[in-house]
Amino acid sequence: MAKFIEGLYYSESHEYVRVEGEYGYVGITDFAQQQLGNVVYVDLPEVDDDVEADGEFGAVESVKAASDLVSPVSGTVVEVNEALEDAPELVNQDAFGNWIMKVKLADMGELDRLMDVKAYEEFCNK
Amino acid sequence: MDYKYFPHTAKDVREMLDTIGVTSLEDLYAEVPATIRFQGEYDIPSAKSELEIRQLFDRLGRENRPLTCFAGAGVYDHYTPSVIPSIVSRSEYLTSYTPYQAEISQGTLHYIFEYQSMMAELTGMDVSNASMYDGTTATAEAAMMAVAAGKKANRILISDTVDPKIKDMVQTYARFHDMVVEPIAEKRGVTDKQDMQTKLETGGVAGVIVQQPNYFGVVEDYTGFADSCHAGKALLIMNSVAADLAILKTPGEWGADIAVGDGQSLGIPMQFGGPYIGYMCCKEKLIRKMPGRIVGMTQDNRGQRAFVLTLQAREQHIRRQKATSNICSNQSLMALFVTIYMALMGKEGLKEAARQSYCKAHYLHEQLLATSRFTEAFAHPFFNEFCVRYDGDVDGLLKRLETAGIFGGIKVGDNLLMIAVTEKRTKEEMDKLVKIAAS
Amino acid sequence: MNNKLYGNLIFELSKEGRRGYSLPRFECEKYRIPQSLCREKDAELPECDELTVVRHYTNHSANNFGVDNGFYPLGSCTMKYNPCISEEMASLPAFRDLHPLQPADSVAGAREVCRDLEQLLCRLTGMHAFTLKPYAGAHGELTGLMVIRGYHESRHDDKRTKVLIPDSAHGTNPASAAVCGLEVLEVKSLSDGTVDVEDLKAIIQVQGSEIAGMMMTNPNTLGLFEKNIPEIAKLVHDCGGLMYYDGANLNPMLGACRPGDMGFDVMHVNLHKTFSTPHGGGGPGAGPVGVRAGLEAFFPAVSPYEGNFAVLMRAYAYILSLGKEHVKEVGPLATLNANYIKERLKDLYLLPIEGLCKHEFVFDGLADKSTGVTTMDVAKRLLDYGYHAPTIYFPLLFHESLMIEPTENESKETIDGFIEVMRKIAQEAKERPEELKAAPHLTPIGRVDDVQAAKHPVVTYQQMQHDDN
Repeated sequence: MAKFIEGLYYSESHEYVRVEGEYGYVGITDFAQQQLGNVVYVDLPEVDDDVEADGEFGAVESVKAASDLVSPVSGTVVEVNEALEDAPELVNQDAFGNWIMKVKLADMGELDRLMDVKAYEEFCNK
Repeated sequence: MDYKYFPHTAKDVREMLDTIGVTSLEDLYAEVPATIRFQGEYDIPSAKSELEIRQLFDRLGRENRPLTCFAGAGVYDHYTPSVIPSIVSRSEYLTSYTPYQAEISQGTLHYIFEYQSMMAELTGMDVSNASMYDGTTATAEAAMMAVAAGKKANRILISDTVDPKIKDMVQTYARFHDMVVEPIAEKRGVTDKQDMQTKLETGGVAGVIVQQPNYFGVVEDYTGFADSCHAGKALLIMNSVAADLAILKTPGEWGADIAVGDGQSLGIPMQFGGPYIGYMCCKEKLIRKMPGRIVGMTQDNRGQRAFVLTLQAREQHIRRQKATSNICSNQSLMALFVTIYMALMGKEGLKEAARQSYCKAHYLHEQLLATSRFTEAFAHPFFNEFCVRYDGDVDGLLKRLETAGIFGGIKVGDNLLMIAVTEKRTKEEMDKLVKIAAS
Repeated sequence: MNNKLYGNLIFELSKEGRRGYSLPRFECEKYRIPQSLCREKDAELPECDELTVVRHYTNHSANNFGVDNGFYPLGSCTMKYNPCISEEMASLPAFRDLHPLQPADSVAGAREVCRDLEQLLCRLTGMHAFTLKPYAGAHGELTGLMVIRGYHESRHDDKRTKVLIPDSAHGTNPASAAVCGLEVLEVKSLSDGTVDVEDLKAIIQVQGSEIAGMMMTNPNTLGLFEKNIPEIAKLVHDCGGLMYYDGANLNPMLGACRPGDMGFDVMHVNLHKTFSTPHGGGGPGAGPVGVRAGLEAFFPAVSPYEGNFAVLMRAYAYILSLGKEHVKEVGPLATLNANYIKERLKDLYLLPIEGLCKHEFVFDGLADKSTGVTTMDVAKRLLDYGYHAPTIYFPLLFHESLMIEPTENESKETIDGFIEVMRKIAQEAKERPEELKAAPHLTPIGRVDDVQAAKHPVVTYQQMQHDDN
């Protein structure tokens, strides 16, 4: 069973945002990592990249599948999770603990377009 | 059926149709609308026996005239050790397909891994893919790779000293792709570095393509090119004749990010244009942007070393329109061909074939200049191919040589003749060419 | 198999000072290559004697499986027999030793092969003209799409930048479209596996003026004939688009139906499938492109010369060997073999779409899903029994796709043997599922760890040594 965590914002393309102050930590959900299987590579964005809501910012690859990463929010990348370069399996081990990028949020209002945990869980179970 | 490739007897067909539950072969196509069903006979010749096939090809072959080859322009008449065709024609290699089932494809996976290792070594790069169609398309793929890696940059600069066939191919791929190709000027046979610099400074350049030796056979000095490219956030793509790299400074040493070219010079017969093999090597950090198949090492569940197709998430069967390329095969059998070539010739043989080609080309060059009918075209070093200026009609000269059984080179300008020499050419052949050219 | 003695890499057999070649002497010490032009360090290529090299590659060939070894029912790849006579003709010195830029009068025979092959392909497909330049099927797709874009451009119809592709299509179609700068519009399939004409109509109604064309293979990737093809072609033509035929599945159409008659304007032929040139472990192939009259002006030069000429020679020899009498038997026999296998296995394997197939068909894994045995397990177990596996996990429309294509060259005995083994495996799945999940057991190597391979790519001997240290 996939894990669902309270207090995060979720997108239909299975990314989450954990908001801390003016920053958002973005990663893929536990449900997404289960669907994908063993993650072998995370194509990370670069610090200072500008990302847009619904814009691609990287990709996650397993042996037999690949999935583009779609940013749920707009802003500027201030940090990327470099640990994933050498250990992409961390995404499988703890998807919510291993965020992919930290974004300085440009528009807090965008968060309202995203789902809360209840809505997301229902979305996944459909 | 009374045909050698069809094992079905009339009884077999009958039994199989019964199992399927239809009455005739015709009925297997019941859903094909009558309006488009093919009726009647194909307008092609009747079946030929094996003897007749041999007779036909024999006749056609006699309409060809293999010539003593002093032409290059990307295709070189190097020597093929007899071991290679003998092994490459083994049907375990010849009649297999892409090694999807690693457990029964270690033969193919093994030689591709060796091929990748050899090409990386030869080009001085970190990694190689499993090969591509040819050197021209591999260069176009490298340009697209640079654009994909360059995020928003989509300009490709290509030196005017690059083979026109390669330039045309990059242009052909660029025409409907989001990629703009611009030339870098040529100055007395070499790339105009200042022109490159100026164009890089205007921004948006994803890649710069140069050739070594260049189209005219000149070995260019690419000092500082990589730094300029990298300062402009562009990748340096270097196209080289594979065999020359046994001796020449490598793309890796020049600081290139992607090394591409044709591997035909590694013993593959000229066979009227193909099949050849395109190689592509790059720096390790670009491996996931590289198009084409890649073989990697791993282990099996019995703890043995094993090889397998890897990094497939880049490819079209998974990524569809977002793949790094539409390429979904490699020139596998030709990879086997050049792998055996490099295994046999080895570290010393590759150098010796290249050194002989160099020496013979320089001998011929010297002899031609000594006739005083030829002058040097460019005051630059060359390897085994060079341009000379002729004081007469180049077409007439080539015609006279052809009559004598010699393909004397490629006309690349009004009085400009481009000649290539490999280790296969003998002193007698060269002297014969000189004698005709001097008359 | 001699894996124990000969399982090395060629690099591991190298010993300094050994030679595997001989070249004539050429004394010319006076020509020295300036040091400034040279690489600093020699390329570390192996140093081996000739017999070592011969044994190495001969023994590794025993770890391979080709059509000459046994039944190779790899769906969508048309692994038919590659006649020896074609090989013999392709290696004739009178063709092999020609430089592609030789004067025209010295290569008249080679040019005749090309012009004649173009003619034969036209007549077999109902097209007007062919270019032999494309090196492979995917290269042919790209070439064909360039023809289509060139055609629209010539009419200054610049907004046609979208291409229709059925959702059942092979991934190469959308990838080729992307390389050619086209946006993909996916057309849905019906539950019977064919194109949903209503969905097509709806897309055309909204975006018709932006559609460059439609790419299709017929029969489609499920092996089903798209019987609505006349209507589909008309819809696309009426909105101003062109029809592209992906020749991947041309084999069953020989003797039955020509792409030109179906309404296609542009197509490629995979000579390595339909016209029996060897697959060579993944290439070289050849993907000539044909067009209807008026479009030949838009052929791009996608290779400098006549494509993979020696591959073309083989296809030419094959077509002439079969001749008009036997070419037409290819499609019906390939279709007979496929339907026969399907009928005899559909009680044990899940057949998602009933009815006649053409040269191939798709099962959605075992019928009995309770055992947990997957398509992967079935495929791996087949290797133990001496068969190549079918294509697996393609098409993507089903979770457990198992795609079988027998070709016309296989005898009833061969096929019956395969059917028997497939039935036995279905039985094993019930009785000994764990054994299947660990298969193969009798191959030179077992299942490989492809996660490790992709996570930490080691793709050269140098990297391998580096990792060891």
